[in-house]
Amino acid sequence: MNNVSDRNEAWRQELRQSVPAKERTAIERVVMPETPPAERIKSQRIEVNKGLTREMAMTEAKRCMDCVNPTCMTGCPVGIDIPGFVKNIERGEFLQAAAVLKRTSALPSVCGRVCPQEKQCESKCFYIQKLQKKPVAIGYLERFASDYERESGQIALPELAPANGIKVGVIGSGPSGLSCAGDLAKLGYDVTVFEALHEIGGVLKYGIPEFRLPNHIVDVEINNLKKMGVKFVTNFIVGMTDSIADLEEEGFRAFYIASGAGLPRFMNIPGENYNGILSSNEYLTRVNLMGADQEDSDTPVYHGKHVVVVGGGNTAMDSVRTAKRLGAERAVVVYRRSEEEMPARLEEVKHAKEEGCEFLTLTNPVEYLADERGRVKQVRVQRMELGEPDASGRRSPVPVEGSEYLIDAEVVVVAVGVSPNPIVPRSVPGLEVSKKGTIVVNDETMQSNLPEFFAGGDIVRGGATVILAMGDGRRAAAHIDEMLKQQKA
Amino acid sequence: MNKILAKSYFSERVVRLEVEAPLIAKSRKPGNFVIVRVGEKGERMPLTIADADVERGSITLVVQVMGVSSRKLCALEVGDYITDVVGPLGKPTHIDKVGTVLACGGGVGVAPLLPIIKAFKAAGNRVVSVLAGRTKELVILEAEVRASSDEVIIMTDDGSYGKKGLVTEGMEEVIRREKVDLAVTIGPAIMMKFCEKLTRQHDIPTIASLNAIMVDGTGMCGACRVTVGGKTRFTCVDGPEFDAHQIDFDEMLSRLGAFKTEETEKLHVNEK
Repeated sequence: MNNVSDRNEAWRQELRQSVPAKERTAIERVVMPETPPAERIKSQRIEVNKGLTREMAMTEAKRCMDCVNPTCMTGCPVGIDIPGFVKNIERGEFLQAAAVLKRTSALPSVCGRVCPQEKQCESKCFYIQKLQKKPVAIGYLERFASDYERESGQIALPELAPANGIKVGVIGSGPSGLSCAGDLAKLGYDVTVFEALHEIGGVLKYGIPEFRLPNHIVDVEINNLKKMGVKFVTNFIVGMTDSIADLEEEGFRAFYIASGAGLPRFMNIPGENYNGILSSNEYLTRVNLMGADQEDSDTPVYHGKHVVVVGGGNTAMDSVRTAKRLGAERAVVVYRRSEEEMPARLEEVKHAKEEGCEFLTLTNPVEYLADERGRVKQVRVQRMELGEPDASGRRSPVPVEGSEYLIDAEVVVVAVGVSPNPIVPRSVPGLEVSKKGTIVVNDETMQSNLPEFFAGGDIVRGGATVILAMGDGRRAAAHIDEMLKQQKA
Repeated sequence: MNKILAKSYFSERVVRLEVEAPLIAKSRKPGNFVIVRVGEKGERMPLTIADADVERGSITLVVQVMGVSSRKLCALEVGDYITDVVGPLGKPTHIDKVGTVLACGGGVGVAPLLPIIKAFKAAGNRVVSVLAGRTKELVILEAEVRASSDEVIIMTDDGSYGKKGLVTEGMEEVIRREKVDLAVTIGPAIMMKFCEKLTRQHDIPTIASLNAIMVDGTGMCGACRVTVGGKTRFTCVDGPEFDAHQIDFDEMLSRLGAFKTEETEKLHVNEK
């Protein structure tokens, strides 16, 4: 990969030789300092992970062996130069470390917080692969370097190519759209990001709670893009507020669609439309975007003594932990498989448990019961057992006959996934869409069947991680550039 | 930020706002709605578009004071700005030449009905409109509706204007004397429920436009879900209009009160 730094640079060689391998491997993996559970559940807006100190980061970076073949990089969906930034931390060049990260990742302070490193880079680390030891805390170090840069007040803006005056539209301001916009701006394009909501940031704002990703961190990234000349238009739905034809007439030569995963899925079981039952999208949006946890917000949200969250992904963890922060006495995750199959990050499950959230695994809701006013009061659940592996490779849950019982719940949050948002695909005439509603693109170029439309992130993948969505945005930016250059030639 | 260009009162609690929104004015079609938000702590609230003026670059909204958010919106004066206005949202009404259209509006439901009446009239249909309100001052937009209708029947609960009785009584009068090819009903959920019941007895295809609770209005939250033909649909992206004969109105009525307790609490907080 072309973004890998030279491990034979003099300083790297010197650094490697400065500490014997045995001494490096003898260091224990750093423990992330956390806000104690009793304190953090008092507010939706207290960050749980507090970040490493300089000393912690430098010691942790020392563990990294600066391998000849850095297998960690194969685990990163965007191929970040991991040893390159980690070694810069070890030698105390934190701003340099941040610069290395930024060559590949548009939002390192976001990825350092929300990427599932334990399934990606860290799972391929030499320590875990060869030594059966805990991997280098790559995610914590990524966060450290980018936080350091931000807090230093010395955020380096990337070099911008001379403005070429060519207009490109980015549809959606989530991680995918932001990374595409950043790259296009670097290449000299006149970029406008169109956002349907009143806030920039997409899922980073409405979805991921502030106890995991504070809004001010996202805002810094957005402000950097503004400084780079990216324009943002909120309250604008491309194709509806204004037609594609009108935008093209205004000079927009290409579009990147990153409108995200929209429609929440429900289970279609009896009683699911009773009051008090809502999607995780609605629950989290009311709290995270609309501030319903705060007294001065006009937006209401359900409060309940007993909150049941259905699902086992990160969104389910975000929801159950939000419920705890809204004052639930019992906040229970109901998940149909066992804890081992849970798609949520281990860290989220750990944090949820520390905060007193309960887990009912191998259990599935089958029906909701309501009071006379139509407000949910109980969930009928069924025990499950694991059968043969299914298409996802996970053992599929099979209901246990006669195992049904009732649990109390005044609030139920359904977090069983999302389907693509139909609005943008619907309003771009002729755009090829799959049966599932995702936009069909060329895997390499992210180009759709309409040459001027590119797409990526959840609207293409159906449901993916922040880092994959960002990778799509960057690839699309490169190919939009290529296409527009060819047109000019 | 969208400027309020004009404001007038239909009654103490029903306000008409002309709002600067040039792109929406140009793009909107009958049946579309917008989401508005007043203030940085404001709630997102769906409102159907009653009218638009492309030249002036404005849309008209009719708002009834109900809770915290509608109260804040109605308190704004000419020259003030609405923090956010986004749209047009929702699927537009399917306008066709069908013959005779019976348009039934109750209360502020007449506002979103007006562009639909205009469009059906312009498509060459005979349009008979039935406007209903509890009392005379709650019958709104009569002149505008008259301008695009072949006939207008006014019904009031107290008989203070037009005929005394419910909207369904006015509808029955029309159904009894002539063939109705399509009915459109917009108003309080309970009214639409009874309109649908009547037209079902007479096998008249009927569409209802629903005013569900929404947060984003773009399909993301699912707050606006409604059962249509036994299936859960989202009012914001699948609607807001549905085949009235397929809608579970009882569920809808219940869902409209979903946040009543929470909203009352917010109202008290705001009044403090």
